Amino acid sequence: MEQLVNLFHGFAVALQPYNIMLMVIGIVLGVIIGVLPGLGGANGVAILLPLTFSMSPTSAIIMLSCIYWGALFGGAITSILFNIPGEPWSVATTFDGYPMAQQGKAGEALTAAFTSSFVGALFAVVMITLVAPLVASFALQFGPAEKFAVYFLAFCSFVGLSKEPPFKTIAAMMIGFALAAVGLDSITGQLRLTFGVTHLLNGFDFLIAVIGLFGIGEILLTMEEGLAFRGGTAKINLRVVLQTWKELPAYWMTSLRSCFIGCWMGITPAGATPASFMSYGIAKRVAKKGSNFGKGEIEGVVAPETAAHAAGTAALLPMLSLGVPGSPTAAVLLGGLLIWGLQPGPMLFVEQKEFVWGLIASMYLGNIVGLLVVLTCVPIFAAILRVPFSIIAPLILVLCAIGAYSVHSSTFDVMLMLVFGVIGYLLKKCNYPLAPLVLAIVLGDKAEEAFRQSLLGSQGSFGVFLSNPLVSTIMILGLIALFWSVIQEGYSRLRSAATA
Amino acid sequence: MRRSTHLALGAIAALCTGGVAAPATAAWEPVRPVEFIVPAGTGGGADQMARTIQGIVTKHSLMKQPLVVINKSGGAGGEGFLDVKGSGGNPHKIIITLSNLFTTPLATGIPFSWKDLTPVAMLALDEFVLWVNADKPYKTAKEYIDAVKAAPAGSIKMGGTGSKQEDQIITVAVEKAVGTKFTYIPYKGGGEVAVQLVGNHVDSTVNNPIEAVAQWRGGKLRPLCVFDAKPMAYDEPIADGKAWKDVPTCKSAGLDMEYLMLRGIFMAPRATKDQVEYYVELFKKIRATPEWQEFMKSGAFNTTFLTGAEYAKWVEAEDKRHQALMKEAGFLAPSN
Repeated sequence: MEQLVNLFHGFAVALQPYNIMLMVIGIVLGVIIGVLPGLGGANGVAILLPLTFSMSPTSAIIMLSCIYWGALFGGAITSILFNIPGEPWSVATTFDGYPMAQQGKAGEALTAAFTSSFVGALFAVVMITLVAPLVASFALQFGPAEKFAVYFLAFCSFVGLSKEPPFKTIAAMMIGFALAAVGLDSITGQLRLTFGVTHLLNGFDFLIAVIGLFGIGEILLTMEEGLAFRGGTAKINLRVVLQTWKELPAYWMTSLRSCFIGCWMGITPAGATPASFMSYGIAKRVAKKGSNFGKGEIEGVVAPETAAHAAGTAALLPMLSLGVPGSPTAAVLLGGLLIWGLQPGPMLFVEQKEFVWGLIASMYLGNIVGLLVVLTCVPIFAAILRVPFSIIAPLILVLCAIGAYSVHSSTFDVMLMLVFGVIGYLLKKCNYPLAPLVLAIVLGDKAEEAFRQSLLGSQGSFGVFLSNPLVSTIMILGLIALFWSVIQEGYSRLRSAATA
Repeated sequence: MRRSTHLALGAIAALCTGGVAAPATAAWEPVRPVEFIVPAGTGGGADQMARTIQGIVTKHSLMKQPLVVINKSGGAGGEGFLDVKGSGGNPHKIIITLSNLFTTPLATGIPFSWKDLTPVAMLALDEFVLWVNADKPYKTAKEYIDAVKAAPAGSIKMGGTGSKQEDQIITVAVEKAVGTKFTYIPYKGGGEVAVQLVGNHVDSTVNNPIEAVAQWRGGKLRPLCVFDAKPMAYDEPIADGKAWKDVPTCKSAGLDMEYLMLRGIFMAPRATKDQVEYYVELFKKIRATPEWQEFMKSGAFNTTFLTGAEYAKWVEAEDKRHQALMKEAGFLAPSN
C-alpha cells in the first residue's frame, strides 16, 4: 500500500493551483502541436524544454508530459477530419475515422477517439501505479531477438488486413521496406541508396511520407471527385458526445485487448505506432463486424486509439526506471530529466519520490483535463468540415507544407512531400493499399536493425529467434497471425467435411 | 548581400575610428536568432549538452537573440556538418560536435572535413569507461580481460553506440591490446546500450559516464577502468562508497588505450575574428554558471577548455589519430 500513500502525496503536489495551470497550458499546447502534422510531440517538447529550466523539476515534467498527452489527443483530430495523421500513431485511426467523417459522423468518431485515448492512458497509468517495479524487470528481458519478434508480430498481424489482392499488399509493403532502407545503414555505418544526394542522408522520414501519401493524396482525390467535402452534415453539438458514450461500452472487449497490446508495446519498448497498427489488425480479425473495418466502423477507431495511448503512457515507465525512452518524445523528456539534475534509472523511484509520484499523479489528472478540453471542442472541430473545400484545401496544403518543413527544417522535404502526394494518389487509383507501405516505412529499419543485431550476437544462427520461451512465444504468435486466414479456412472446411 | 552590408558597416566603422591605429573592434553581436546545430538525434549526449547550454543561456539571459537547437542527425551527423559547411559567412550558425566530426567523413565518404569549419572552443571532453554487469564475477579490468582471452574469439559481445564510431574504435583498440576478437553489436543510443548490458544481452560496453551512471548507482553495472591517462577528478561517492575517482585507468590494468571524445563548438566557414570572439566569450560565461558545473559533475566530464590556435592544433592531432585508427580497423569508406 506504500504505492497508494505515495500516489496521494503525488496528487497533493500535482493539485497545487500553479501545477494545474501548467497542466491546462500543456494540454492546449499539446493539442495544437498534435494537430499540426509534422511538428510532432518530440519537436514540440524539445522546443519548449528550455522554458522549463526556471521551474522546479516536478512542475516542469508536469507541463511537458501534459504537452505529450495533448499531442496524443490532438493527433487524432486531423486524421479523422482530413485523413492526415498528425502523428505516426494516428495513421491507423484514419482507416475508419476518416470514412466516418465522410459519412457525417465526425463528431462520433472524434468522441470515440478521445474517449478511447483516455481509457487506454488510464489503464496504463493504473498499471504503472501498481506494478511499476515488476514491469521494469520485464523490459530488461528484451534483447535484439525479442525486439525483432515484436516487430515480426506487428507485421504479421497486419498482413491480409486490406481487401486488396495479397500481391498488391506485399508490393506496397516492399516499396515501404525499400524506402526505409535509404540512408545510413546503422549496422555497417555506411550510406545506402543515397546516390551522393545530401538530402537523402537522413533517409525518407516517415512523417513526410505520411503527410504526402495521405494528406496531399487525399486532396488530389477530392479535387478529382468534384471539389467537395463529404461529411459536412456532421452534427455539431455536445449531445453527440453523450450518444457516442452510450454506444462505446459495447466494445469493451476490443478496448481491453487494445489496452493490453498498448501497455505491452509501450514497455518493450516498441512504441505507440506499432501498437496502434497491431491493435487495429487484431480487432479486424476478431471483431464481429471485422469485415466492415475500413468503411467507417467505430470499433476501428476505438482499437488503435486505445492502444496508442496506452503505449504512449506506458512508454514513460522504461524511461523513468531504466533510462531508455520508449518513444521519440520520451527521449526528449529524458534529456530534460538529466538537465534538471535527475538521473533516470533504478534509483529514481527511491530517491526522487516526490518527482516520480507527482508525475504519475499528473498522468491521471492530465488525462482527465485533456479529455475535458478536447471533448468540449468536438463540435468546433466537427464544424470545420462545413467550411467549403475551396477555402479549406489551400489551408490544409499550407499546413502540410509547414508540417513537412518543420520535421528537419528543410525545403527539400516539402518537395518530397508533394512527390509522395502524387504517388499516394496513383497508388490509390490503382487500388494499392497505403497502410502496409506506411507500416514498412515506420518499422522497416527498426526491424532490420534488430534482426541483424540478433544474428551478429548469435554469430549467424537463426536459432536465436527460438532460443528462449519469450522470443519463441512471440514468433509463434506472429506465424499464427500470418496464417490465420488459412487456418480459419482449413478449420471451417474440416468442419463442413465432418458435418457433410 | 548580407556580407556586403557587413563590409559597408565595417568601412563606416573604420572611418569613424579613423585616427586610431588599432582596427575597429566594435564587438560583433548576433542580430538574429542563432541556430545551434546538433549533428545527432534528440536525447543523445550532444543533444543534452546543447539543450543544457540553451537552457543556461535563457535562464541567465546571456544572449540578446534566442539560441535555437536544431537536430540534423542524418547520415551519422553528416547532414548537420554539410549544412554548416554550406552556410559559409553565416555567423548565426554554430555546431556542437562529437567524435563523428572525424569518423563520419572517413566511414561514409561524404565530402567534409573539420577544416571546412571555423573552430571556436572545446567545451569539455567526454570520458569512456569499460563496464560489465554487476552480477558478473569480474572485479577488475584484468580479471575481465583474462576471461575474454580464455573465451573463444568472437564469443564475447561488446555493445556500443553506432557503427564505425568511437565505441567501435575503442573496441578494436582493446582487441588489439588483448589479442582476441569481440563481437561488436551496434545500437542506436548510449542509454539503450547500457540497458542491454543490464539485461545481459551483451557482455561489456564502453559507455560514457553519463549514460551508465544511473545503472551503477542502482547496483546493476560495474565500472572496470577509464580510457584516460589519469583517473577522473570527481570524488563524490556514487555506489558502494566508490567515486569516479576510484575507477582506475585502463592503462594501469594493462590496456594501453586512451580515448576522449570532443565536445566542442565550431562555426560556419569564413567567420571573422570578432564573431569567433563573441562565441568564445559566451561559452566562457556559460562555463562559469553553477548549472554547467553541475552538468559536468553529473557526467564526470573532463573539463579541459581550449580556444583559438591551441584548439585547432588539438583537433588536427585528433583528426590524424582517427585517420590512423580508422585505417587500421578497416573502417574507411571505399572512396577514401
